[in-house]
Amino acid sequence: MKVLVPVKRVIDYNVKVRVKADGSGVDLANVKMSMNPFDEIAVEEAIRLKEAGKADEIVVVSIGVKQAQETLRTALAMGADRAILVNAADDVHTDIEPLAVAKILAKVVEEEQPGLVLAGKQAIDNDMNATGQMLSALLGWSQGTFASELDIEGDKAVVTREVDGGLQTIKVSMPAIVTVDLRLNEPRYASLPNIMKAKKKPLDEKTAADYGVDVTPRLEIVSTTEPAARDAGIIVGSVDELVEKLKEAGAV
Amino acid sequence: MAVLLLAEVNNGELALDATAKAVTAAKSLGDVTVLAAGGTAAAAGEAAAKIDGVAKVLVAEDASLGHRLAESTAALIVSLAGDYEHIVAPATTDAKNVMPRVAALLDVMVISDASGVVDANTFERPIYAGNAVQTVKSNDAKKVITFRTSTFDAAGEGGSASVETVSAADNPGLSEWVEDKVAESDRPELTSAGVVVSGGRGVGSEEDFKLIEALADKLNAAVGASRAAVDSGYAPNDWQVGQTGKVVAPELYIAVGISGAIQHLAGMKDSKIIVAINKDEEAPIFQVADFGLVADLFEAVPALTEKLG
Ligand SMILES: Cc1cc2nc3c(=O)[nH]c(=O)nc-3n(C[C@H](O)[C@H](O)[C@H](O)COP(=O)(O)OP(=O)(O)OC[C@H]3O[C@@H](n4cnc5c(N)ncnc54)[C@H](O)[C@@H]3O)c2cc1C
Ligand SMILES: Cc1cc2nc3c(=O)[nH]c(=O)nc-3n(C[C@H](O)[C@H](O)[C@H](O)COP(=O)(O)OP(=O)(O)OC[C@H]3O[C@@H](n4cnc5c(N)ncnc54)[C@H](O)[C@@H]3O)c2cc1C
Repeated sequence: MKVLVPVKRVIDYNVKVRVKADGSGVDLANVKMSMNPFDEIAVEEAIRLKEAGKADEIVVVSIGVKQAQETLRTALAMGADRAILVNAADDVHTDIEPLAVAKILAKVVEEEQPGLVLAGKQAIDNDMNATGQMLSALLGWSQGTFASELDIEGDKAVVTREVDGGLQTIKVSMPAIVTVDLRLNEPRYASLPNIMKAKKKPLDEKTAADYGVDVTPRLEIVSTTEPAARDAGIIVGSVDELVEKLKEAGAV
Repeated sequence: MAVLLLAEVNNGELALDATAKAVTAAKSLGDVTVLAAGGTAAAAGEAAAKIDGVAKVLVAEDASLGHRLAESTAALIVSLAGDYEHIVAPATTDAKNVMPRVAALLDVMVISDASGVVDANTFERPIYAGNAVQTVKSNDAKKVITFRTSTFDAAGEGGSASVETVSAADNPGLSEWVEDKVAESDRPELTSAGVVVSGGRGVGSEEDFKLIEALADKLNAAVGASRAAVDSGYAPNDWQVGQTGKVVAPELYIAVGISGAIQHLAGMKDSKIIVAINKDEEAPIFQVADFGLVADLFEAVPALTEKLG
């Protein structure tokens, strides 16, 4: 079985986000970018399926600016076999909406015929939590979202999902889209020899036009602002003082 | 202008708080029709009919709609979509599973976790773990939206909407439910509680999380946790507060042994009063705290529990 893993290049999760003065978005020039943390978990899961003999090839794909090559190389260094970069934007500030990403991914799926797509549950930049579900809709496939456990049993996947009430287990027909949550696994770091080897692994370049997908956004950004700041608080000296302050504030 | 609102239904029961908050968000968009769907949903539909501002309720009961499987629920919503310009839901994990699928089937974008309504086409939503707020205008004919419940007040009761039955769409038969592991608790629900007490890695063990729970019980509070506490097995996953967990905005939030990573702040910084207890005076949680106490939690928490008695 072939596994397809879409990986997104996003601002590193440790970077302090700054809103651009003109309100057009978040400043991404000269900031550290990394693979979306959820996508590292998806790549790791694909590698584990391969190590367990349940997958034979891992293809990673990223849609965006040409710098997303670095993200794909990271996935190759972790253990993916092959990469596809779909150039869809020139400016690092341009991000492609989940609907357009899903449409491109649907075309990639048609070409590559994977048995499973493993995506992140959400990208930590726009926090849309949408792409996997949208891809699944476009393909008419089953979906297992927010997975914290995944077992492939023949032509079914058993997915344990993190939901508001706790955990839900469902069985979905393959081919399927599974989106991964934080506790599915702990992704490995790429070793230096594997980073070197990854440079020689195949990386195909395509454009959105090659797939005939219009990436014009459906949502127009009107403005981007800083959230309201909280007023500075105080440090209390003791538990007694804390109780007193809480009583004064009517909080207890 | 008409709005179809997917009610949050769990095992046949209406999750009133989440649904009523979404009703508040949706009211200004047009007449609100609530869809109660599930294996059983009639009682949920009756309950939804009493929410102020609901014009009509549709009840869809079918085995295929049980357990909120995305494929059958999305197919049902799409079969009804023709009559509505807005299709909305509270931003629960159930709705986040279903609504993007609905949007793609309708060839429109989804607007996830909207925290404000500017006009019928324009919405605010937090991005980058709440470090920025974006106002977006949809150019799609239909808008598919999930609303972040923590930023809307629940609509009251007193309505008496008419209730109709609709049939399920053809079940695509792509997935089946196996089991739920739901922790039973007498505590208030995390996303609607007035007080939340959360513990982090500093608590150190599942055993010692009892300290957090005891303080919570004293305050009739819900219990929350940081990701590190959940990952370490001190607390169950449904207690996680943050960018990728639950978003809460109680009257009082007490963070114990939590450093205050932005991913955690994303889930609680709209709380009215924030208290932080941490032994490290440099911990970033103190920057958002109204009242900070630099102390060892193993001394401070039992003392606080006692003194609040
Ligand atoms: C309101 C709004 C307006 C916008 N307007 C514009 C605009 O005018 N122009 C513009 O270009 N962009 C625009 N964007 C940006 C674009 O919509 C975002 O890229 C989109 O919101 C992405 O959501 P997400 O990355 O959070 O996807 P999610 O659905 O949260 O991502 C989930 C998973 O999907 C996969 N995935 C997502 N994106 C990619 C990718 N590019 N390549 C590979 N895998 C991927 C990954 O596995 C990821 O973990 C706008 C965004 C918003 C929120
Ligand atoms: C993609 C992604 C998503 C994430 N989503 C979330 C999320 O939704 N929610 C979330 O919480 N995190 C999330 N995180 C993780 C986040 O980055 C932090 O790692 C996490 O919040 C840290 O948890 P903590 O504060 O409990 O642990 P730590 O950062 O280890 O802090 C423990 C604190 O306890 C204090 N302490 C220790 N012992 C004592 C004592 N005896 N008395 C008093 N204080 C003590 C320490 O001083 C320290 O400040 C996410 C991370 C990523 C990459």
